[in-house]
Amino acid sequence: MSSMALMVNGRRRTIEVDPATPLLYVLTDDLQLRGPKFGCGLGQCGACTVLAAGRAIRSCITPVSTVREAQITTLEGLGTVENPHPIQQAFIDEQAAQCGFCLSGVILTAKAFLDQNPKASDAEVQQALSDVLCRCFAHTRMFRAIKRYQEQAV
Amino acid sequence: MTMTSDALEALTSAGFSRRHFLKGAGALVVSFSAAPFLDAMPSTQGPVDASPQQIDPTRLDSWIAVAADGTVTAYTGKCELGQGIYTAQMQLIAEELSVPLSRVQLIQCDTSVSPDQGGTSGSRSTPTNFNERNLALAGATAREALLRLASKRLGVAVDQLAVAAGVVSATADSSRRVSYGELVAGRKFDIPLSSSATRKPPSEWKILGRSVPRVDMPAMVTGRLEFVHNVRVPGMLHGRVVRPAAVGATLVSVDESSVGDVPGLVKVVVKKNFVGVVAESEWQAIQAANKLKTAWTRGSGLPSQRDFHKRLRGQTPSQDAFVVSSKDVDETLAHATTVLKATYLYPYQMHGSIGTSCAVVDVRAGKVTIWSATQSVYALRSGTARLLDLAVENVRVIFTRGAGCYGLNGADTVSYDAALLSQAVEKPVRVLLSRTDEMAWENFGSAYVIDQRVGVDAEGAIVAWDYESWFPRHGGRPGHDRPGNVVTGALAGFEPSTVTARRATDPSDSFRNGSNAAPSYVAGCVGGTCGGTGRVKSERVLTHAVRSPFFTGPLRSPSRLQNTFAHECFMDEVAARVKADPVAYRLRHLHDARLSEVVSAAAKAARWEARSSPRPDAGRAGVARGRGIACVLYEGDNGYCAMIAEVEVDQATGRVATKRLVVAHDCGPVSNPDGVRNQIEGGALQGLSRALSEEVTWDDRKVTSIDWRTYRSLPLGFEVPIVESVLINRPDVEAFGAGETSITVVAAAVGNAIFDATGARIREVPFTPERVKKALDARTGTA
Repeated sequence: MSSMALMVNGRRRTIEVDPATPLLYVLTDDLQLRGPKFGCGLGQCGACTVLAAGRAIRSCITPVSTVREAQITTLEGLGTVENPHPIQQAFIDEQAAQCGFCLSGVILTAKAFLDQNPKASDAEVQQALSDVLCRCFAHTRMFRAIKRYQEQAV
Repeated sequence: MTMTSDALEALTSAGFSRRHFLKGAGALVVSFSAAPFLDAMPSTQGPVDASPQQIDPTRLDSWIAVAADGTVTAYTGKCELGQGIYTAQMQLIAEELSVPLSRVQLIQCDTSVSPDQGGTSGSRSTPTNFNERNLALAGATAREALLRLASKRLGVAVDQLAVAAGVVSATADSSRRVSYGELVAGRKFDIPLSSSATRKPPSEWKILGRSVPRVDMPAMVTGRLEFVHNVRVPGMLHGRVVRPAAVGATLVSVDESSVGDVPGLVKVVVKKNFVGVVAESEWQAIQAANKLKTAWTRGSGLPSQRDFHKRLRGQTPSQDAFVVSSKDVDETLAHATTVLKATYLYPYQMHGSIGTSCAVVDVRAGKVTIWSATQSVYALRSGTARLLDLAVENVRVIFTRGAGCYGLNGADTVSYDAALLSQAVEKPVRVLLSRTDEMAWENFGSAYVIDQRVGVDAEGAIVAWDYESWFPRHGGRPGHDRPGNVVTGALAGFEPSTVTARRATDPSDSFRNGSNAAPSYVAGCVGGTCGGTGRVKSERVLTHAVRSPFFTGPLRSPSRLQNTFAHECFMDEVAARVKADPVAYRLRHLHDARLSEVVSAAAKAARWEARSSPRPDAGRAGVARGRGIACVLYEGDNGYCAMIAEVEVDQATGRVATKRLVVAHDCGPVSNPDGVRNQIEGGALQGLSRALSEEVTWDDRKVTSIDWRTYRSLPLGFEVPIVESVLINRPDVEAFGAGETSITVVAAAVGNAIFDATGARIREVPFTPERVKKALDARTGTA
């Protein structure tokens, strides 16, 4: 165990943790955040996605010790119920979810990609999400929401 | 009756965990001001001093309470699984009581406060709660009771009163008014549900029937919603299970010294073949489970996957049943002008929830509190009591949201896991399954072998339909008394339900097509009455359940999907043989007007070109385009659906790209059009993933599809087809379900479209590129 400081959703958090612990468990257990989810523990589905320095990473396979310098943003760090981020608002507007468990992967992966590639084509956006799963298959709505966000952001 | 501090105290002293009890001044219920999804679900409100046996579904107070501030609280046994039923039920209550949605709160599925409505399954939530009974009837009863109270208070006859926003006023003089809160003034209704209570007519609906946005959506997209995975209780430990190394393997030994150096380890728990570890943190529990040395017997061995389907046919013991049998099928077929015959195959598939299953259970001093995403809180309550050998009244189950389950996923299994571990350490334990533990041991949707024969007369009409199927079964829903029906209970020593030999007897009383084993085109004549949707009167439908080496259980559209795939593709084969247009040929053999209408509506919306399949200009090379149709009356009585699929088949690779899915849907009165569309779209694409890609695999000892590389789900990044839904709204008939309709017809519609494009008929799911290519290469004759 060692003491470690992390910057999560704009706040500095100090935790006592085994440095090999995947970031996901630090976020969900130590910091009790609800955005990132355990989906597979293998980096295959996206449910655990967070932003680290603006890049979408899979927190279930990222040792916490490797991100101590980075600004980490989880789904709840983007916006709130009262003041959602524009991409979250787009998902509300399109009612783009069913169970909602996969949303960290879908929203944060899309956001990170579009922030870097604001003029990406539909095919490129689709390609960027090639490794993200939604088992309720709300795909059509999710792409509509992402498109809506992209058109607003450009 | 009130959620007073006394009641809270009583519950706590009774030994149940308490968490997020919301204090307030409400008399009947505690009103709460925070948005319900920001924190815990308001699961501990309401009449918690009522012991579960006192939640009497015949009494209005078990369903609805009105607080002094006018807040209406409803209690339901149908819970939110991602399908939108939470919002729809709030709409129902708001509508029936004429209050704004913001003044309604809904408490779902808690054995201490909600009525026992069985499970949330089988597309039965809408039929159960939106027709003239249960929650809808409670709403109507409450409205009438409130009007009677108002009439007395205001001295105005009931038919001279109007209600708006929870305030009753005299139509002649709106200054004479009284609010619900004033009328109830902290009292119970203390009346039974009235079977004669009249619901608000659909023509007056202002909230129901509208696309009200999901009330939980903002909390979901901002990461605020509490899932069961987020439940944390004081003193909670983390558990992990260690499953057998092979199917049927039993435990030989556990070497506890192998985890002696794992920090935070609390206990290694063994109960017969159940093995688990408990540790202080989740990461420690994972490491302990990975390091724990266990030895298992070799197991029962598994039949070869290569010829698995072949071996199902004729396997014993076999539990046989006729859905319908006119006893003249062989004779009619013998006299038919043409007889067609084909065998269709379907693989085992899995629920594969995006989140692995999770539960938190607190077993202390003989009292049990369970936070679970189970579909059936009351059944889990009895099942856990059985598993732990405790009295059922000492168990409380609180439904807490999980990842979409699509049927019997691991929610009950993991609740049992956490219960066993918590009992062993006498502290609350949270268990989250690993991806492999979830996938290797869940209750799979059944594989199927389906043989069919159809006879056609000289005019091209179908005169006989013969269907015979074999499907493996083992375990299933644990229900109230069968914990062995899922892996954990079986490992702990409880027997699973299994198939025993039974000969098929003639169907008696009436035609029942709950598993859609009978095709839509037969008349379904049983006991002198014909209950089917079709016209073919020479009919035989015979099913054989045989034993499965794997646990099986309901997976979204259980059996209905497999059967519909076989019927609807075979119907297409017959239409092609007589060179008939597949839409017209279906209509020719249907007599049910509503099923015919969805077929016609889908064809119209898709601009279906009337002609036979395959398309006349189908070439043998390049990308071929085609369209296919399929339809169903789900479960024989629970929702009409027709789908047209448009596909492109790359004939060089066998790759199928689905371009467009057009769905026509009739579930009676639509409670929330956007909610139904969301279900149709999700079902269509989930069905596509199952049709094109998903299949459970195994070797000679164990399941080998254990992650998302080995069990392939179509990701966000596949070429998503356009999905168009045509909703046929019928406000004045019975409400049907909409959760499993579209998924039921996808494989057939796509299979038929592949045939239309290429002339190749694929009779086995999934339609992988290899399988399609093989069928393309096997084409003979002229294209």
